[in-house]
Amino acid sequence: MAGLGMRKSRNFINRIISSSQIHQSLGVLEHIHSASSHRTHLSKFPTKIPTWGGPAALSSSRRFESTEAEKQAECMTDIGDDNQMLDFPGGRIAFTSSMRFIPESPEERIRCYRVIDEEGRPLMDSGLTKISEEVAVKMYTGMVTLQVLDTVFYEAQRQGRISFYVTTIGEEAINIASAAALTMDDLVFPQYREPGVLLWRGFTLQEFANQCFGNKADYGKGRQMPIHYGSNKLNYFTVSSTIATQLPPAVGAAYSLKMDKQDACAVTYFGDGGSSEGDFHAALNFAAVMEAPVIFICRNNGWAISTPTSDQFRSDGVAIRGQAYGVKSIRVDGNDALAMYNTVRAAREMAIGEQKPVLIEAMTYRVGHHSTSDDSTKYRPANEIEWWRMQKDPVNRLRKWIERNGWWSSEAESELRIDVRKQLLDAIQVAERVEKPPIADLFTDVYDVPPSNLREQEKLLRETIERHPRDYPEDVPL
Amino acid sequence: MASALRRLGSAAARRGLSTACEDTKKSLFQLPQAGGKSSNLCSAINQALHIALESDPRSYLFGEDVSFGGVFRCTTGLADRYGKSRVFNTPLCEQGIVGFGIGLAAMGNRAIAEIQFADYIFPAFDQIVNEASKFRYRSGNQFNCGGLTIRAPYGAVGHGGHYHSQSPEAFFCHVPGIKVVIPRSPRQAKGLLLSCIRDPNPVVFFEPKWLYRQAIEEVPEEDYMLPLSEAEVIREGSDITVVGWGAQLSIMEQACAGAEKEGISCELIDLKTLIPWDKETVEASVRKTGRLLISHEAPVTGGFGAEISASIVERCFLRLEAPVARICGLDTPFPLVFEPFYMPTKNKILDAIKATVNY
Ligand SMILES: Cc1ncc(C[n+]2csc(CCOP(=O)(O)OP(=O)(O)O)c2C)c(N)n1
Ligand SMILES: [Mg+2]
Repeated sequence: MAGLGMRKSRNFINRIISSSQIHQSLGVLEHIHSASSHRTHLSKFPTKIPTWGGPAALSSSRRFESTEAEKQAECMTDIGDDNQMLDFPGGRIAFTSSMRFIPESPEERIRCYRVIDEEGRPLMDSGLTKISEEVAVKMYTGMVTLQVLDTVFYEAQRQGRISFYVTTIGEEAINIASAAALTMDDLVFPQYREPGVLLWRGFTLQEFANQCFGNKADYGKGRQMPIHYGSNKLNYFTVSSTIATQLPPAVGAAYSLKMDKQDACAVTYFGDGGSSEGDFHAALNFAAVMEAPVIFICRNNGWAISTPTSDQFRSDGVAIRGQAYGVKSIRVDGNDALAMYNTVRAAREMAIGEQKPVLIEAMTYRVGHHSTSDDSTKYRPANEIEWWRMQKDPVNRLRKWIERNGWWSSEAESELRIDVRKQLLDAIQVAERVEKPPIADLFTDVYDVPPSNLREQEKLLRETIERHPRDYPEDVPL
Repeated sequence: MASALRRLGSAAARRGLSTACEDTKKSLFQLPQAGGKSSNLCSAINQALHIALESDPRSYLFGEDVSFGGVFRCTTGLADRYGKSRVFNTPLCEQGIVGFGIGLAAMGNRAIAEIQFADYIFPAFDQIVNEASKFRYRSGNQFNCGGLTIRAPYGAVGHGGHYHSQSPEAFFCHVPGIKVVIPRSPRQAKGLLLSCIRDPNPVVFFEPKWLYRQAIEEVPEEDYMLPLSEAEVIREGSDITVVGWGAQLSIMEQACAGAEKEGISCELIDLKTLIPWDKETVEASVRKTGRLLISHEAPVTGGFGAEISASIVERCFLRLEAPVARICGLDTPFPLVFEPFYMPTKNKILDAIKATVNY
């Protein structure tokens, strides 16, 4: 952009001017600048204060009467022209006599941190050394497991065995590597495309299957749609379908960790679409103001159902918004597990060490359809999807790197895939056979204890079931 | 508003918000005689949107994923036909969608805002309750956003769980200044939606998503409107008045048919507009039958059935021969595996009809 060079030179000129003009009066309108006609013009403005000047009309002579103002005047004189400052309620702000709008986008888009390239080759100076064989192989195993889990559950949905499913295809690295960089004490507030975090934490394949089948072993007691996992034991707050509503609560939980002086942070995930909701903005601002140890991880996968990011925002993605809220932020290659791992580790250290929020924008692509209710070829070219699936697959990329290091082999690969698939098929069969939660579970947990209206409704319902047993599914025990 | 009206193009001025409606009302406010193309509810909505966009160049349609046709395909073909500046995707932000629609409407446009699911209307609640509904009143009628229509699919679908099943109409019925309309069938949907779009007041239009594909009916191809705030007796009877709206009516219809077999004659009323509602039609019916049953999917406590019940008891106390019955959703969040238990089923209604008649 041409703007950069121009702006630089103008700043340079301004600096020269300010250092050469030492004594100034306070009133901005009376400033005499000599550098441009623009400024000369300003000097011709009447010195009379316009009556519409509000509280910020700083050249009001009243202000000179206060010693505070005099002090300000003195220190400003020292600083010089373009470095003149005023203590506005929000802090000291320097003045400038050049009217310059902040451009809508930066000259260069925020760069995307990565550690290995598509071929799994390490890039220089990327902090690679921090990742051990053990962690790397475990991450890879997790990513493959997640892939197989998606494949098997997706098939189960297509066969009508579960009612709904959402895959993480293309986002396995964000899922697993971010989880690997956290500790179990960190609290997770997920959207819905992060089951890998739960997998990493030890949620078993059987537990996944139980939720999707809504059987009586499902911790959510069959009340929610498939993929709405949650585990108190694993510090994973239960998924809600509503976009972005998890974000402000994550900040509140982080504040609690702060008050309790815990060596832990809250971590919340959301999509590019989610970043448009009011809750996103509320959460970022709260996190900054409350100085809450929370990590915001945005999976920018390019799509919110059929809506491309170009219809979602015109900012340079999501990372850039952090600064506007006073939150540290970074953009990372979400298909590079190692970059994701390094980034989240560093973010965690900052969040806890400095007791402040961090925003991470992980760039990726939603390779799967939005959900099993969606056919994404209706709104995006099949070859685009294919390109990301084949060329940019994060699982393959990590595999190349661990193979390069001699930590993985094709035998290990096929063994793993066969084994996980078998475990999953078993888990599904078991889950399918487990009975549904009992009818009493319809009425519990609305409150800590069922109030009288619910007790009455349960009684009436049981009478109705007795009268019309055939109206009700047989697999829900009474 | 005067200045906004002046800004209207000449063609649009004739169709300007308040005046045009009066004109069109006379000619269009009748359901054309039977006939038309067999359509489902989704396609009926699509036809209404086509007509709305075609007949008024100052009409706009927008919301999440609207551009490619919407997640329910109700807006298919509209962006291609009317262009990206009139039919478009919005960012994923319901408060933005409704707030934007209010401003657009305040400038004399017809803003048709889609909320992807009624379950997701809540981020827009503030805009609806504190902006849209009070826009006219707080300004002494200097301003209004009457051109705003908010469409949202609502209700059970069999597998929607907490967040794809809710019937939040009662929240909005507590807000003076907006209208709440729910159609029961494809024909109704087309005529009512066109009325809502052309009504000079902000309207929340809930579409029974269970019926999008299931309900098929002959829908007249032409432009027609069905009156708001007019309930319809869809089945005449003498023993009990049964009132509902939206998808629930087909369940109630089955219960009425079941009752008939047992010798009970039910009068079934489709309320259609929940606020401001047609008390007179319900009252007249209850005066005739002496009994009332209301049914809706939303939780019974604080549901709109409570308002109907209270109003009718006020007006028909001495005529009532039994307590007003309410067969509604339970006072729980909408549950996935327990959905069949939660729902106000045909047999729950039939039992209540019998109990009320035999009181
Ligand atoms: C408040 C709210 N509005 C709308 C929806 C419907 N909806 C479900 S997912 C989705 C898109 C989300 O996109 P994004 O945040 O980018 O996440 P991704 O699906 O890409 O992971 C939408 C609009 C919702 N669930 N919640
Ligand atoms: Mg997305």
